[in-house]
Amino acid sequence: MSILVFIDQADGHIKKASFEAATYGAKLAAQLGTTAEALVLGTVSDDLSTLGQYGIKKVHTVSDASLNKMDAAVYADVIAQAAGQATVIVLSNNTTGKAVAPRLSVKLKAGLVSGAISLPDTSQGFVVRKSVFSGKAFANIAVKTDKKIIALNPNAFGTETGAGSAEVAAVQASIPASNVEVVAVNKVSGEVPLSEADIVVSGGRGLKGPENWGLVTELAQLLGAATACSRPVADIHWRPHHEHVGQTGLAIAPNLYIAIGISGAIQHLAGVNRSKTIVVINKDPEAPFFKAADYGIVGDAFEVVPKVIEAVKKIKAS
Amino acid sequence: MKILVCISKTPDTTAKIAFTDNNTKFATDGVQWIINPYDEWYALVRAIELKEADPSIALHLLNVGGADSEPIIRKALALGGDEAIRVNSEENDSFFVASQIANIAKEGGYDLVFTGKETIDYNGSSIGGMVAELLGNTYISHATKFDLQDGKALVTREIEGGEEQCQAAFPLVVSCQKGMAEQRIPNMKGIMGARTKPLKVVEPIAVDSMTSVVSFELPPAKAGVKLVSADQPEELVRLLREEAKVI
Ligand SMILES: Cc1cc2nc3c(=O)[nH]c(=O)nc-3n(C[C@H](O)[C@H](O)[C@H](O)COP(=O)(O)OP(=O)(O)OC[C@H]3O[C@@H](n4cnc5c(N)ncnc54)[C@H](O)[C@@H]3O)c2cc1C
Ligand SMILES: Nc1ncnc2c1ncn2[C@@H]1O[C@H](COP(=O)(O)O)[C@@H](O)[C@H]1O
Repeated sequence: MSILVFIDQADGHIKKASFEAATYGAKLAAQLGTTAEALVLGTVSDDLSTLGQYGIKKVHTVSDASLNKMDAAVYADVIAQAAGQATVIVLSNNTTGKAVAPRLSVKLKAGLVSGAISLPDTSQGFVVRKSVFSGKAFANIAVKTDKKIIALNPNAFGTETGAGSAEVAAVQASIPASNVEVVAVNKVSGEVPLSEADIVVSGGRGLKGPENWGLVTELAQLLGAATACSRPVADIHWRPHHEHVGQTGLAIAPNLYIAIGISGAIQHLAGVNRSKTIVVINKDPEAPFFKAADYGIVGDAFEVVPKVIEAVKKIKAS
Repeated sequence: MKILVCISKTPDTTAKIAFTDNNTKFATDGVQWIINPYDEWYALVRAIELKEADPSIALHLLNVGGADSEPIIRKALALGGDEAIRVNSEENDSFFVASQIANIAKEGGYDLVFTGKETIDYNGSSIGGMVAELLGNTYISHATKFDLQDGKALVTREIEGGEEQCQAAFPLVVSCQKGMAEQRIPNMKGIMGARTKPLKVVEPIAVDSMTSVVSFELPPAKAGVKLVSADQPEELVRLLREEAKVI
């Protein structure tokens, strides 16, 4: 009877979203009167005992280098072995979680809530709120099985730390062979990955052409932000496809989303409406994006953004 | 080679999201239904391209849904594909739908099952993985490119923080997203031809669902935008730092 949090790692480092999953797992354990433990697969250079600060009591490791490569079948198999008596398994609903959680759900006959955003209501059964309609609504989902799996939307719950150190121990597991042979890996290096960024600066067709993207990238660099764009901008190859956010691109939920020269079409909003704070810079006061924004400047991006950059520089220097 | 493409019916991307019956049902009044964009633009179009390159490929479409799914199934057939199957049932939950798909996939002996990366209404991103586990097949999620090479699949997929190219043997389940193909518009010949393509209706197998929707909620309305004058960007930066506390 415990909670198991699956900790996702890449290149030896724990993913930010997994600290959130750990926080969630610990709070859920407190709610259910049990303890939260964690599982880490592959070789990790981070100090895993620090997961104790997020409320994890014990960290189980299977540090086989073959697990540095994510294969949904292999991961689900090993997690199922390590899950033991755990009644709830928590993971991040990131790319890894989306690949692994459904397989695990079938394997353990455990009902899955993917895209969860809050702790369960256990007053009547086990009901978890999840994001639906691409962030435009929530659904309360009852999980009817004894075992449950919760895949938490990144940046939906936040992290909380305190004092604590987790016990770290290796766990025995047999690792099945993968049927997926990786031929080449292409990591986006140096930049902040869009899915994990706290701040995102995004540009639309209002920027007129790729030669003007310096405005976006300079502001992003100053703020330690990732860059994104609207769909037509990616479609006409002003920016790479992986920057496309929206209904048919990536859905993100940063703390701050700055939209420059983007009209705010409903399909664009579907990918960014879970952002905590939205800033819109657009020369058209009627642009629909202003209705979804927290802060806005009506003005020409080519005049406004350089001034914003100067103002940020000033505040960073002070 | 036999390919099965799973298509779901979703509200149009501009549909107004509202609920009825004490917030337990999606309000369908005036809603236009479309093929889930990931299923149509990426999974289906890529499968059609594979068949165009190798006409010996059998390409079947599958939907789990009521009779009201038929217009979107016909639209999918107008884009391409040899025939369609509809499992005549409500969608209950992801596990239920995945079980129906896995059952058809197993009986039909499909080498490759394509799904979209997620539905734009339920946002489950679960059904592909569940189908793979039910079939005991390899699962490659978030594919952005798919090719056939020496009898195997050569797939580029998104992983945390980047992408990787990988190779896998059939049978295989692949979830598809942007990059796989370009959107197509059905032509007149396709639309006419779709009318006579077989659309088989089968009854569902008995499966206990694992989850159920209790109710829906709309997010609280935004307080409204705070506009800052274009001459005072310092004020915007101050608000972001002191009020919103995000920089
Ligand atoms: C099924 C479907 C799915 C879609 N999915 C997505 C998606 O995932 N993501 C997405 O982004 N879109 C998506 N779209 C497209 C979407 O409907 C819009 O067409 C798109 O978001 C518009 O991009 P934009 O705002 O960059 O360009 P535009 O609509 O052309 O807007 C440009 C904006 O820039 C402003 N502007 C112009 N010049 C300046 C200036 N000098 N300074 C400041 N502002 C200026 C204009 O006032 C305007 O508001 C989808 C569409 C469909 C039908
Ligand atoms: N009712 C359905 N019938 C057929 N395929 C479906 C159905 N629902 C979902 N799918 C497929 O499963 C994918 C993922 O759906 P989901 O897990 O609900 O996000 C979709 O993109 C479809 O390819």
